[in-house]
Amino acid sequence: MTNLIVSVLVISGIGAVLALLLELADRFIADYGECQIRINKQKELTVQGGSPLLFTLQDEGIFIPSACGGKGTCAYCKVKVLDGGGPVLPTELPYLVPEELEEHVRLSCQVKVRNSLEIEIPEELFFIEEFRVTADRIEDLTPYIKGVTLAIVGPEEGIAYKPGQYIQLEIPKYKLSSAPEFRAFSMASIPGKGQKIELFIGLVEKGIVSTYVHEYLKEGDELLMRGPFGDFYYRDSGREILMIATGTGLAPILSILRHMRKEKIPRKTTLFFGTRVEEDLYCVEELEELEKELPDFSYIPTLSRVRAGSSWEGERGRVTDLIEKRISEGDDLDVYICGSAEMVESCFSLLKKKGIPEDQIYFDKFS
Amino acid sequence: MDAINPLTLFFAAIFTNNILLTNFLGLCPFLSMSGQKKSAFGMGAAVVFVMASTTALNNLVHFKVLVPLGLEHFRYIVFIVVIAAFVQMVEMTVERFFPALYFSLGIFLPLITVNCAIFGASLFMVIREYDFVQSLAYGAGSGIGWMLAIVAISAIREKLQKTAKLPRGLEGPAITLIITGLLALAFLAFSGMIRVQ
Repeated sequence: MTNLIVSVLVISGIGAVLALLLELADRFIADYGECQIRINKQKELTVQGGSPLLFTLQDEGIFIPSACGGKGTCAYCKVKVLDGGGPVLPTELPYLVPEELEEHVRLSCQVKVRNSLEIEIPEELFFIEEFRVTADRIEDLTPYIKGVTLAIVGPEEGIAYKPGQYIQLEIPKYKLSSAPEFRAFSMASIPGKGQKIELFIGLVEKGIVSTYVHEYLKEGDELLMRGPFGDFYYRDSGREILMIATGTGLAPILSILRHMRKEKIPRKTTLFFGTRVEEDLYCVEELEELEKELPDFSYIPTLSRVRAGSSWEGERGRVTDLIEKRISEGDDLDVYICGSAEMVESCFSLLKKKGIPEDQIYFDKFS
Repeated sequence: MDAINPLTLFFAAIFTNNILLTNFLGLCPFLSMSGQKKSAFGMGAAVVFVMASTTALNNLVHFKVLVPLGLEHFRYIVFIVVIAAFVQMVEMTVERFFPALYFSLGIFLPLITVNCAIFGASLFMVIREYDFVQSLAYGAGSGIGWMLAIVAISAIREKLQKTAKLPRGLEGPAITLIITGLLALAFLAFSGMIRVQ
C-alpha cells in the first residue's frame, strides 16, 4: 500500500517539476515581445507576439472569418501575408491552390506572429463587430437540433446583415474545453427584426460548442458573438430559385425565405429539405405557411430512411435523388445549397452536369 | 571491474560504439532528415543537446530517485516524460531564436521525443550502470556520433543527387539504407576495440 502511494507521489512529483519548468520556459523563452502588423498599407497595430495571427487580430477588434475556431480545418481565415509570415506550413498546404500560394495567401490561424508582419485583408472585415448577447429562448426543434434565439445587449445599434450570412458564437471555458471556443452558425432570422437573431444548433458528437449549447446553456446566459460573415446570401435576379438543405442547413435558407416573404418577392421557389427520419423535420408549420403566403413557393421534404409502418407519403431518398428527378437539363435557376460538405459537393457536381452555370450556384458548407 | 574513464566512453560512443551505425537506433529521423546537410546538421545538433541532457538527467532521476524508492520498473515512463519535456523546451528555444532552422526541421523536431536513439541511450546507461559523469559523456558522445552519421550521410546524399543517375526504385530511403549498411559494416570493424561496459 505504501509502495503504491509512494509510486503515485513520485511519478506525479516528477511530472509536476517538469510542468513547472515548461511553464517557466513558456514565459521566458517563448516571449516574442511587441510586433508591428501593417494592414492594407494603412493601418498599423502594435501587438504582443507569440499567438496565431487570427487570434492576435481578434484581440485588436479585427474579426477574420473562421468556422472551426482556429483549428486549421475550415480554411475560411485566409489572409494575404505579404511579409514576415515565414514559409507556408504543411498544415496549410492542403487548403491553398497554386494561385493563392503565388499571392501569399495564408491561413491566419496557422501563421504565428513572431515578428513584424505586412498583411492584406478585405476592407469589409473592418466592419465586423463583436456583440454581447444573451440566450433569450432555447427550444427543442428535433431530438438533435436546438433553436436558439439570442438577444443583443450591446452595442445598441444591433447587427446589420444580409439574409443567409453567419456569425461566430463564442462560449466560455467549461468542462470540455481549456479556453473559450467559438464556432460559426448561420442565422435563420432576418435583419431588422429588433435586436434578436435565431440560430439552429445541431448536436455534434464530442463537439465542444454544440455540447455546451445543448447541455449547459440556459436562458439568460451571456455569450459573445461576432459577425456578420459570409458570401452566402440572397441575390436579386429574375430567375427561378432552387434551395437545397439538410439538417441545420435550413437556417440560412429559412432566413432567405423569410426575407422573401417580408419583401413580397414573387420569384418561383422550390425547397428540397432532406433528413433521415420524420422526427428530424422541423419548422414544418412555418414552411407550410410560407407555401401559402409566398405566391409561388413549394416545400418538398424528403426522408432517406422511412421506418416500417410509418404513414409518410412524401418523397423518399436523398436530396440528390430529388435533383435527378425534378430538375431538367437546361433549367435556368439560381441555386442555394446549405448543409454538410459531402451533400453540397455532390449536389454541386450534379447541378453542373445538368447545365446550371457555376456562378448561379451559391453554397455554404459545414466543415 | 574498474570504472571506465568518461573520456574513453565519450570517444567510444562517437566512433567504436556509434549508436546509429552499430545499434541502428534513431533510423527514422535519420532517413527523413538526411536530404540536406543544413537540416541534417540542425537535427544532429538538437539530438546532441537533448541526448546529453536527458541521459544525464535520467541518470540522476534513476539512481537518486527511482532506485532508492524501489521504483525502477517505472523508468520507461519516467524517461519518456523527461525526454518529452526536454524536447518541448528545445523546440521553444529553436522556434524563438533560430526560426529558419525551426521551419526546416518542421515536424521532426517534436519527433525527437520518440527518437529511439535518445531513449536507447538512457536505457543503455541504466543497464551498464554508468555514474553521472559517465552518463553525461556517454549521452554527449552518442549524440555527436549520431550527428556525425547523419551529416556524413547527408553529404553523400547531396553528392549523389548531383552526380548519380539512380534507378527510380533506388532513390531516397532505399539508397540511403544501402549506404548506411556499408558505413555500418566499416564501423563494425571497430567493435570490441574499447570496452564500454
